[in-house]
Amino acid sequence: MTSATPSGASSAQRPSGAADTSDFAIELIKINKRFGPVHANRDIDLAIRRGSVHGIVGENGAGKSTLMSILYGFYTADSGEIRVNGTPHAITDSRHALALGIGMVHQHFMLVDNFSILENVILGAEDNALLGPSLERARKELVRLAKDYRLDVDPDAIIEDVSVGTQQRVEILKALYRGADVLILDEPTGVLTPSEADDLFRVLRELRDQGKTIILITHKLREIMAITDYVSVMRQGAIVETLKTTDTNPEQLAELMVGRRVLLRVEKGPAHPGEVLLSVENLVVKDDLGVTRVKDVSFTVRAGEIVGIAGVAGNGQSELLESVSGMRDQSAGTVRLKGTPLSLQGDDGAHRARQAGLAHVPEDRQRMGLVTAFEEWENSILGYQDDPAYGKGPLLDIEAARREARERIKKFDIRPANERLKTANFSGGNQQKIVLAREMERNPDVLIVGQPTRGVDIGAIEFIHNQIIKMRDAGKAILLVSVELDEIRSLADRILVMFDGQIVGEADPATATERDLGLMMAGIGNKAPQARVAAEGQGE
Amino acid sequence: MSTLRPLPRWADILLLPIINLALAFIVSGIVVFAIGQNPLAALEAIVGGAFGNGYNFGYTLYYSTNFIFTGLAVAVAAHAGLFNIGGNGQAYIAGLGVIVVALAMQALPWWLTFPVAILAGAAVGGFWGFVPGWLQAKRGSHVVITTIMFNFVAAAIMVYMVVNVLKPDGVLAPESAMIAPEGRMPKLGAFIPWFKNTDVNFTLLLALGCLVGVYVLVWHTRFGYAMRALGHNPTASTYAGSSNSRIIMIVMTLSGALAGMVAVNQVVGVQYRLVLDYVADAGFVGIAVALMGRNHPVGILFAALLFGALYQGGNELQYVIPGLSKEMVVVIQALVILFTGAMEGMFRPGLQRLFGLFARAPRPDAPAAVAGKES
Repeated sequence: MTSATPSGASSAQRPSGAADTSDFAIELIKINKRFGPVHANRDIDLAIRRGSVHGIVGENGAGKSTLMSILYGFYTADSGEIRVNGTPHAITDSRHALALGIGMVHQHFMLVDNFSILENVILGAEDNALLGPSLERARKELVRLAKDYRLDVDPDAIIEDVSVGTQQRVEILKALYRGADVLILDEPTGVLTPSEADDLFRVLRELRDQGKTIILITHKLREIMAITDYVSVMRQGAIVETLKTTDTNPEQLAELMVGRRVLLRVEKGPAHPGEVLLSVENLVVKDDLGVTRVKDVSFTVRAGEIVGIAGVAGNGQSELLESVSGMRDQSAGTVRLKGTPLSLQGDDGAHRARQAGLAHVPEDRQRMGLVTAFEEWENSILGYQDDPAYGKGPLLDIEAARREARERIKKFDIRPANERLKTANFSGGNQQKIVLAREMERNPDVLIVGQPTRGVDIGAIEFIHNQIIKMRDAGKAILLVSVELDEIRSLADRILVMFDGQIVGEADPATATERDLGLMMAGIGNKAPQARVAAEGQGE
Repeated sequence: MSTLRPLPRWADILLLPIINLALAFIVSGIVVFAIGQNPLAALEAIVGGAFGNGYNFGYTLYYSTNFIFTGLAVAVAAHAGLFNIGGNGQAYIAGLGVIVVALAMQALPWWLTFPVAILAGAAVGGFWGFVPGWLQAKRGSHVVITTIMFNFVAAAIMVYMVVNVLKPDGVLAPESAMIAPEGRMPKLGAFIPWFKNTDVNFTLLLALGCLVGVYVLVWHTRFGYAMRALGHNPTASTYAGSSNSRIIMIVMTLSGALAGMVAVNQVVGVQYRLVLDYVADAGFVGIAVALMGRNHPVGILFAALLFGALYQGGNELQYVIPGLSKEMVVVIQALVILFTGAMEGMFRPGLQRLFGLFARAPRPDAPAAVAGKES
């Protein structure tokens, strides 16, 4: 055991009762937690070294959030011990956790939208009946925190006016203001753009260098490799391994998470593009506020190819998808399917798009693609409820719909295999499979896919990617929009980069580097990227 | 994050309403006791007054008929995510259509008048629901605001129509001419002597038919599917290609038409003429009925029976116990509406905790309906 040297690979696993436990900010010893039949945490041993960034990875349902909820006092463990700075504590609630210096930044922000940043920071920590002195003190403290950790914010800005990245910064400031030494972040980058994520990582490093301890819960291996010092892998409620990040690699972590070998790289043959199936001509789309978000965009997608649209979130991709799929009216332009113009205007445009043979896997499955309060089989016919396969006349043949749902559950390995279960009770990956099964099994000519693997765990990502490739190889035209550059690069046969509502460049995924694409995504690239690609081909 | 699990279905639709109802009666009992009366005697008077004999039960059913219609009106709209509080106005103004048809066809047998009166009531009531629906679908005016305003508009129109148009010359009371006996709908008592000459009439069968119809519409038709999708998630409904504005207009029309059936019951079945304020706030009681009945036809049937019994039993109460005035009866009815309608979720968390204790303690590995899920 090399517990004396902080660089020891296995030293983070357990201090093995050594006297020198003060190296660890948090120690969890034999933590168990059951929810009815589900053993959410079993015999968890975890030691978090002070002044480190410790990542916890695992698939959805592996027990990460439960473990952190126990540490933060949301749940009480059935058995086990929590030590903070070497001293055992029974953490009863989040107030108690905060008093011990443990702060949490939730996945979904807990902010009052129409309060200022300053007001949000002191909310619940006002130390006086009059707000004035508290606000004054908080203002000074914010200035100090901003200086110490380079966490600049405008204290008087209203939350609903600032970006998501800034809102998250406010959550971090809230925890620090309350004296947190240990900061737990639950899937912090899920809502951030790549540049906002980079900024977050910079802040986290800064915090670590000043002696704070960071626990990062994520299922993105990229982030683990980029920011953490140690990483613990959870699977089915247990910690399977704790490693020093520099001693491991994404492939090993993926294998530990899933329990089998996982292909992170998508295996696909060369594309054989055929006739043009989808063509978009001079499309102009406005958002709900009347701001033009898609500016004169034209492109085509051929049979048997995947065209990927890369770009930082919010550059018009969502509006483009919604418009082509008939959900949002277009201000100008034409969308053709097999050469025939689609009539997409009006609030039932999506219906006509579907009838013409265009299927759509939306960016946000819970907001758009599913009615989460419905049973699984009901979502399995969403958008196709008027199809004659589900009965004659106005009546719905429920048995036929359920039968079909059962077949799809089997084919797409949707778990749990119960078509009568409420959709909200399926995990993110399985919800995505429900949407994919519905849209793909109709055998559409054109498939539009937005963020296919957002919030989906690794095992399901592999499956989803393979399904998309299979559709391509079956001669379908696929339009893929994703903010995950890796996903675009590994799936697409052709990459279009969108910036500020326009297609600013096209790239060949085989030759384009991340840097090229990144520059184009930032609006710095030019319209003839091939020259750049040739010049900087070896850049990375 | 909460460790509370949803209640089992039977507890949600049976136990919770019973607890709420019991509490309403206990509080009512305290009020009755406070003014020096015997709560148990009052309860006996209400129950006896509602169910004691065919005469009483007939009146209970008559009130229930109205509440079924207005409860369904609220429930249909609720499934599409719309809160129609204009049931009163829709039921009221539908009387215009019903009386016009009934007076025009009064020389014909009632079974010819009945279906036409239904259509006329549905058309006028439906129109009164359609307009707020159209305003929301096309102009973004919220139906909660517009339907409640339409209640007042309907009330004003009805006073004008009854006093200035429908009232025959030489009649002092503000009411229309009487329908000739041929055009009147028979009371159920004419076929089932047990009901004697109570106001319950053929419209009750129409109400039962509407319960079945709404069940089929909501859960077994493509349109019902589309409207539930809209009710749960409007964005997903757009994604599915449904025209949300079209659904909103159709559902509001249906809702108004259901409320309009109250006019059939009142005008052709009971009053045989158009009088002022015959709806007697049945539209608002419908909100409580739909809430308590969980927007499900079976629940609405029982809730409408309960409120029908309260109205009828309450009316009897003031005769049995003279110390309890008519106003006192209104207080008791209000308490029931308060506990079963407005505060129907008050005991849910406590009950969930209680069920949680029982569920966890004895059999930790009992099969759970829902697999554990991390959010």
